[in-house]
This record gives sequence, C-alpha cells and structure tokens, in this order.
Amino acid sequence: MATTVQPQTGAKPAASLSNEEILRYSRHLIMPEVGMEGQLKLKNAKVLLIGTGGLGAPLGLYLAAAGVGKLGLVDFDVVDSTNLQRQVTFGTSDVGKPKSEAARARLANLNPDIQIQSFETQLTSANALELFKDFDIIVDGTDNFPTRYLVNDACILLGKPNVYGSIFRFEGQATVFGMPDGPCYRCLYPEPPPPGLVPSCAEGGVLGVLPGIVGSIQAMETIKLILGRGDNLVGRLLLFDALGMKFRELKLRKNPNCPMCGTHRTINKLIDYYQFCGVRGEEAPGPTVQVPEITPRELKARLDRGDDLFILDVREPHEYQICNLKGHLLPLGELTRRVHELDSSREIVAHCRSGKRSAEAVDFLRKAGFRKILNLKGGILAWSDEVDPSVPKY
Amino acid sequence: MPVKVMIPSPLRPYAGKRDSAEFNARTVGEALGHLTTEFGDLRKHLFTEDGKLRSFVNVYVNDEDIRYLAKENTPTKDGDTISIIPSIAGGVPAME
Repeated sequence: MATTVQPQTGAKPAASLSNEEILRYSRHLIMPEVGMEGQLKLKNAKVLLIGTGGLGAPLGLYLAAAGVGKLGLVDFDVVDSTNLQRQVTFGTSDVGKPKSEAARARLANLNPDIQIQSFETQLTSANALELFKDFDIIVDGTDNFPTRYLVNDACILLGKPNVYGSIFRFEGQATVFGMPDGPCYRCLYPEPPPPGLVPSCAEGGVLGVLPGIVGSIQAMETIKLILGRGDNLVGRLLLFDALGMKFRELKLRKNPNCPMCGTHRTINKLIDYYQFCGVRGEEAPGPTVQVPEITPRELKARLDRGDDLFILDVREPHEYQICNLKGHLLPLGELTRRVHELDSSREIVAHCRSGKRSAEAVDFLRKAGFRKILNLKGGILAWSDEVDPSVPKY
Repeated sequence: MPVKVMIPSPLRPYAGKRDSAEFNARTVGEALGHLTTEFGDLRKHLFTEDGKLRSFVNVYVNDEDIRYLAKENTPTKDGDTISIIPSIAGGVPAME
C-alpha cells in the first residue's frame, strides 16, 4: 500500500508551477501517476541527504532533476581524485573542494528552481535532531556504522522516514526504515559488528556503478514516498547482486522488543554512537602490532649497498600488478599455508601498501621463529613518497 | 535436493571465495554447522565463543528471518535457500 509523506514544516506550500517549470517537468506531468498534483508534492518536499558520496551522487542528481523543492546536503569531507570513479556529481576541477559545496553547485546548475542547502559538517548526536527537523525525509547515504545508527535513531525520535542504502564490493542493500508501522535499522541489526570482525582489508574497493544503482533505488523510493505512489520497500530488504545481476528480497519485521521503535522504547535520546560501535575515530583503527621496522630510506640505502635482503610482498596479486618493489609475492591470507616458501636464515623485509598487513605478517613470522625480519614502515605508499615517486600510489 | 546456503561477499574470503554451498540438513543450525565445519575460518564470523549466532548476522530461510521462526532450530526442507545477511555499512575502504 502506498504511503504518502506529508510535508511537515515550512512556509505556505507552493500551489502552482511556472511555465518554465511546466516545460522542465513535462515528462512527469504527462504521467497520470505524477501529474500536476505529484509535481507540486515534489516541489513542496524537503529531503535531507546524509552523505554526498557514491550513494549521494545519483540521489542528489535525480532528486534535484525531479524537482524536489528543498534538498539538504550533509557532508564534511573533501573531494579527492579517488572519489571520481563513482561519485559522479563531482568533476576533476572539484578535487580539493568541500563535497557539500561542490555538490550544491552541481545540483544548482542542474536545477536552479530548487532550494539547496549545504551543511559542511559531520553529523553528530549534538546536531542531528536540529538538522533533521526541517526535512520530511532523510536519506542515508553514509559509509559507517556509527552514522547509520545515529541516522536511524534520530529518524525514529522525530518520526521521519529513513531511506536506507548500503553497498559492499558487488552487493547492495536498500529499504525504507522509520515508517509508522515498519521496522527500523535496529530491528534488522540490534548491534553493529565489532571493529575486529568487519571485512578484511584484502577486500576493499567497489565497482563504481554499484552505488549508482543502489543510490538510484533510494532516489526512486524517496520520490514514491513523496508522491504516495506504488509499493515502497517498507518491511522489505532489497538485495542486489551485481555480479550475478540478481535482485532478491527478504521480509523485514518490526521487532516488538526493539529498544528504539518497539512498544517499550528504552532509548529516548541520541547516544555516543562511536562508543556504541566500538570505534573512536572515523575508521576503525585495528589493533596495531608492534614489530621491528625499517624506513624506506634505510631500505634503499641497504639495497644500494648490496645487502642480501629478501623482499616479501604480502599484498594480493592484483595489487602487485599495479606496482611492486620486485618482491616475492605471498598474500597475507596465504602466509600460514605457504610459510615453507620462506628461508628463515635470510634477512626478510616485508611490505604491503601501507604497512599494516605486513606488520601482521611480521608478527606472525616472528612467532613462527623468524628472527631476521623487518616491516617496511609506511609500505609502498611511503616508498613512493620518500624514495621513488615513479611508483604509483593507489 | 539439499539445502543451499548463500554466502555474502564480506564472508567469502573465509569460505574459499565460494558464493554458496549445499548441504543435507534438517535445520538451519545443522546447515550452518556443516558450513563452519567445511570452512573453519567462518565460525568466528557467524558464532560467538559460546556458540550463539552473532547479533549482527541475520539468517533467513527463503525470505523469512529465523529470529521470527524457530531460530537455529528452524526446520529446512530440500530446495530451501538459507541466506546469511551481515550488516554492511557501505563505504569504500582502500587497502591497507
């Protein structure tokens, strides 16, 4: 059953479209499912996007193009060149600019008739309720557990829908939380995974189109909520597998004992979500092992001197193809199985991209009886910075 | 025809990179038991030390959440699909 989200706050709603707007939105207006009535609903709608990155890009573009009257953009990050592979709101000339402002400028160019507010700030428990209160629908396009729980809880406390999307490598999830009879994020996942059990570092990356597809699904759900048309994803978790090109859906039930949206709410205010998720900073700082190190400059000097050093590269084969120090490739995940390939009588210098995986490798090998083993401090990134800038960073 | 267990991407590195596995099992618990016997590294990602399913891992038989059925004792029949759905935050970490 379709559910309409009524605009909750703000000035007197717009009652008509200009001739220019009628022309701009004509392909909406000629559909009976949208029509003049639907287009005015879009014009009077206020949608807040949390995150203007991979999911936020198609969200911002499609919602602005569709004529959503007021868009809020929350992001504290700055555009960098690794974003451009998927964050299609941004262009090369935006690198170095705040994302919220770069996105605002792009969307204002796309549709000058709508109001766009950028908030160059990190969403926190201190500002979330204040930021959310002027909007009808909140769209979660974030990338970390603390913010996901924060967005969920703030939406439940304020009674606002939360259009959810999430991606991992080739898979995506989407649903709508926070509707009166529907479940919330905590009904689905009462607790986040502890930092130590999040996916391994050898599994980074994402195919750039994936957030485009999942963010577009979120945009479609947002527009349907505004129009009150169709069946939205309330109570359904849509799973998308890009490799198999399959969509599946699972039933999401409202948990009557949910501490947030259940019959006896036990969480009545926003909490410290970093503490709740067991992370202090932006990214989960995994336990860093203390191992003997060598700096890139020291390694260079020793190699130049002709010292007999065995360079052990613990990255993945596809990373070796990007750049390498001509080391022996033995991925961290295969180390236990292939440790016999290594000669403990030789002096070994282990490296990876940043020095973290190789620290684990050195720690493991020391425990396995290797004595002459060092970790290349800062990995291939530091090697590129301090010794050989022709080695590309990735 | 046995029961098919779908393995999500975040857990595939611990399951020999497989995306699914098939087992003869009468309950969800039995199927997950076979799975974690075959792929030992998966165990700590799915179960706590005292053998309970972790709270951030949801398991479905076909499209139903086993928390609303009989949990690990939920019976399975030939041809059923068991899905493991871990929470994913999104975001695109670089490698380390």
